[in-house]
Amino acid sequence: MSAIFEVERLKKSFGGLDVTKDVSLSMAKGDRIALIGPNGAGKTTFVNLVTGHLQPNSGRVLMDGEDISKFNPMRRVKAGLVRSFQVTRLFSEMTPEEHVALAILQREGKSGRLAGNFHAMPQVMREMGSILETLNLGTLATVPVGEIAYGQQRLLEIALAMALRPKVLLLDEPAAGVPHSDTFLIENALAQLPDDLAVLMIEHDMDLVFRFAKRVVVLAAGEIIFDGSPRAVTDDARVREAYLGSYAHASSAA
Amino acid sequence: MSATEISAPFEQAKPMRRPWQRDLAGVLIIGVAAVAGYFLFPDNLALLTRIIAIMLLVLSLDLVTGYCGVATLGHAALFGAGAYAAGIAAVTFGITEPLSMVAIGAIAGAVAGLVSGVVILRGHGLAQLVLSIAVIHLFHEAANKASTYTGGSDGLSGIAPDPVFGLFAFDLWGRTAYVFGIGLLILVFVLLRILVRSPFGTLCRGIRQDPIRVSAMGASVKASLIKMYVISGAVAGVGGALNAVSTQVVGLDSLSFTNSAEALVMLVLGGAGSLYGALVGTIVFMWFEHVVSAANPFHWLTIVGALLIAVVLFAPKGLYGTAVTLMKRFIGSRQ
Ligand SMILES: Nc1ncnc2c1ncn2[C@@H]1O[C@H](COP(=O)(O)OP(=O)(O)OP(=O)(O)O)[C@@H](O)[C@H]1O
Ligand SMILES: [Mg+2]
Repeated sequence: MSAIFEVERLKKSFGGLDVTKDVSLSMAKGDRIALIGPNGAGKTTFVNLVTGHLQPNSGRVLMDGEDISKFNPMRRVKAGLVRSFQVTRLFSEMTPEEHVALAILQREGKSGRLAGNFHAMPQVMREMGSILETLNLGTLATVPVGEIAYGQQRLLEIALAMALRPKVLLLDEPAAGVPHSDTFLIENALAQLPDDLAVLMIEHDMDLVFRFAKRVVVLAAGEIIFDGSPRAVTDDARVREAYLGSYAHASSAA
Repeated sequence: MSATEISAPFEQAKPMRRPWQRDLAGVLIIGVAAVAGYFLFPDNLALLTRIIAIMLLVLSLDLVTGYCGVATLGHAALFGAGAYAAGIAAVTFGITEPLSMVAIGAIAGAVAGLVSGVVILRGHGLAQLVLSIAVIHLFHEAANKASTYTGGSDGLSGIAPDPVFGLFAFDLWGRTAYVFGIGLLILVFVLLRILVRSPFGTLCRGIRQDPIRVSAMGASVKASLIKMYVISGAVAGVGGALNAVSTQVVGLDSLSFTNSAEALVMLVLGGAGSLYGALVGTIVFMWFEHVVSAANPFHWLTIVGALLIAVVLFAPKGLYGTAVTLMKRFIGSRQ
């Protein structure tokens, strides 16, 4: 299958620290990939590099065969590459309704309009309503985001990504901070993403990883040390060493 | 039936009428205050007209500072550009029709907004503030040097606007100028209410709260801010032109750092991020200045300083913002 998203030989160092060492990855339409790795492995940095929030030292990023390495974050979004943030980034004084409506308007190229209001746009209202319902945020639609629980803010992060209708979606720990009892809402949301959308999810919760991913990529100390099926990942010696090893240490220490 | 129930909160939404009703209320309040001012202070109409002109400046500042989060101490550049453009149009080019003068002021303000926006937005935080101070000094110096057109430090005088609509001549008591100013203020206010509610207004509020999130949504932060600067310039330019039309002179003080800084103080006093806050802050500051500086010309700045410290410490949302918060709490506790 042809790749919709390709990363070629990406490198990044902060000062003397090599955080991303020669990372290459490609995704096809409909992929469901989990990107895992110990804390500090460089997962968030990888997302920042490919979405243009950080400049790599070298390497290329391609969407649909087009080199987008020189694009700023805004143009990459327009090319269909959308991310969510590990630590929620939302407008604290604005409501979920305003967030999602703004994302829809932005996608449709209407966010620069100087008059009118989304309340008077039935199509926007309908789409916003259905996205918020999907994520169980309907009852909070008009509450300022600063006043709603963090777990629900995480859901709104996904709502924004959905509203932008990306071709490639990079989710940075979407379930981080969501109460365990509510992770099913995140999973429901992920299940409703369009089939042909390519999704890469960074996640520490292995149960979630195994349920979601058809392919697992393991990043450790800035390098991809494994790229294969979820079944094979637990048996891989290097992964056990780098990831599950430190996981075991951490849990035995706790 | 259950289906309609589920979709109800979105389909009916906030009734469309509500924001319009609130705007109408705002216009009515301005109208009533204007009539009251006219009859209560018939000898102070010139001061009231000046307050209206400065209100337009503070509204304009609110757009970039209150709504977009850009810190600037150079906003009078936009106001002064409008004032000089309207004045020069009248004196040098003989365009003395007042509405044309205001339109020219708005255009000049928009151009000044574009220029200073491009410069100021190159910086962030402290650098932004410093750039804005540099901008106002450059504008001031440019106006000073171009004395053939601006009259330099003597000011630009001899502005003699025609009667409004060819009917209402500008009189010695400033009645026509006052009504003209109120008309402009209401027009601008209504347009700005529409603007801040629009998709672009929402986008700008988003930029103030988290520009990185906005760029991750695919919107251009920089282009949006410059666009808002241009709009803001047009509003300030209308204020400047009103000042030129009503006082019939333009001085270098309209392009001064002091004028910029005072506008920021008025905005903070009233409450940034709300059009009403901008209006309230301007009235309170300028009326206070008028009363206190007459009573005690030496210490009035000290008193203003004390007032400002009190507001920043005890009412950080400004007079209007705090009043709204208190009112909400009051209503909430009664339910
Ligand atoms: N802007 C920066 N400047 C310097 N060092 C950085 C910067 N951003 C990240 N790092 C370092 O790069 C390494 C990788 O960080 P990154 O946030 O990408 O890890 P991660 O895999 O996402 O970890 P986690 O699972 O904890 O989210 C860390 O050692 C971090 O300290
Ligand atoms: Mg991370």
